[in-house]
Amino acid sequence: MRNLICPESERLYQSSKSEDMPTQEQTLEEILNLAAKHFKVGRDKLTPDDDFFKTLGIDSLQALDLLTRLENHFHVELPDYELQGVSDFRTLAGRIQARL
Amino acid sequence: MSWVLNDGVIELALHRSPCNEIGLLALEELERFSGALDALARDAHALIVHSTLRSGFCAGADLRELYFRSQEMEKARAVEGVRDFLERIHRVLNNIDAAPLTTIAAVHGVTFGGGFELALVCDLIIADKMARFCFPELRLGLIPGFGGIPRLKRDLGNGVVRDLVLTGRSLNATKAQAVGLVSQVVGEGEALRLAQATAAQLGKFDRRAAIAAKKFIKPIPYHELTQEIDLFCQLFTEPSVEKGLRKFVESTDAQPYLP
Repeated sequence: MRNLICPESERLYQSSKSEDMPTQEQTLEEILNLAAKHFKVGRDKLTPDDDFFKTLGIDSLQALDLLTRLENHFHVELPDYELQGVSDFRTLAGRIQARL
Repeated sequence: MSWVLNDGVIELALHRSPCNEIGLLALEELERFSGALDALARDAHALIVHSTLRSGFCAGADLRELYFRSQEMEKARAVEGVRDFLERIHRVLNNIDAAPLTTIAAVHGVTFGGGFELALVCDLIIADKMARFCFPELRLGLIPGFGGIPRLKRDLGNGVVRDLVLTGRSLNATKAQAVGLVSQVVGEGEALRLAQATAAQLGKFDRRAAIAAKKFIKPIPYHELTQEIDLFCQLFTEPSVEKGLRKFVESTDAQPYLP
């Protein structure tokens, strides 16, 4: 079904969205900084397409810890199943961006 | 597991690695505590339950023990063993639930399954902002078995109960507070300190009034708790449970609590 939005509402929606929301690249950068700081890994050692389980060397409890830190940092809810199978920072940033 | 009584406050500390899983040994310890509770309560007004482990409050039932013990016996005997375990843990949890004390769960990190159910027995939940609550039992083809659903229904709206149980997703402390599960959220490592401050405040109230208020506010859903045991045991006979338990035990996945 097609969504009908009047042009003025669409313009207002887009302008408010772009003003308040970080870009996906900014979100990604924040995730990388947060992961580097918390897991005590040099920021220069992390790249967007890294498998964060391997790069950070985290187990299942630490994965939950990371999930909670991301939720608290970005003030979003990330259901566990949304992250199932996600292992690289870039995809993770996309999941978070979709909830901002 | 150990406990101390100081200035009218009992502190029950959980410290069984890796994350206070509740198997037969933990159950025996809980039974010892429950047996001592009446005597302790004569000199106390509050009980704080907390974990000294960094990993979290409690990861719930010891599923590895459940799986391996079930493998050692015939199905009918395994179900009998599960029913016996559940009846024993229910007696302990019902006793803590009904204790003439104001009870506080000070939680952090993993508060899953049976650990969540232990927290739900308490009158107040104070959570570190890194606490995470989850009922992942459906992934095993089971329902929570330590009184989780009746106590959730007592405390929360049915929509939230359905969300928690039917999706099996975990909630952070902020969300848990927003839905009415958690009374206060504090910074990392601060839950026990705030629980102690709260317990000290509770000591200023008239005990008889506090006990009467608790009894009036917090009825124990005994009938539903019994029904829960029956349903759990009925589901436990299904082949999918053994499959789910084996998958969990053998999993090296970062999210082993997901199906």
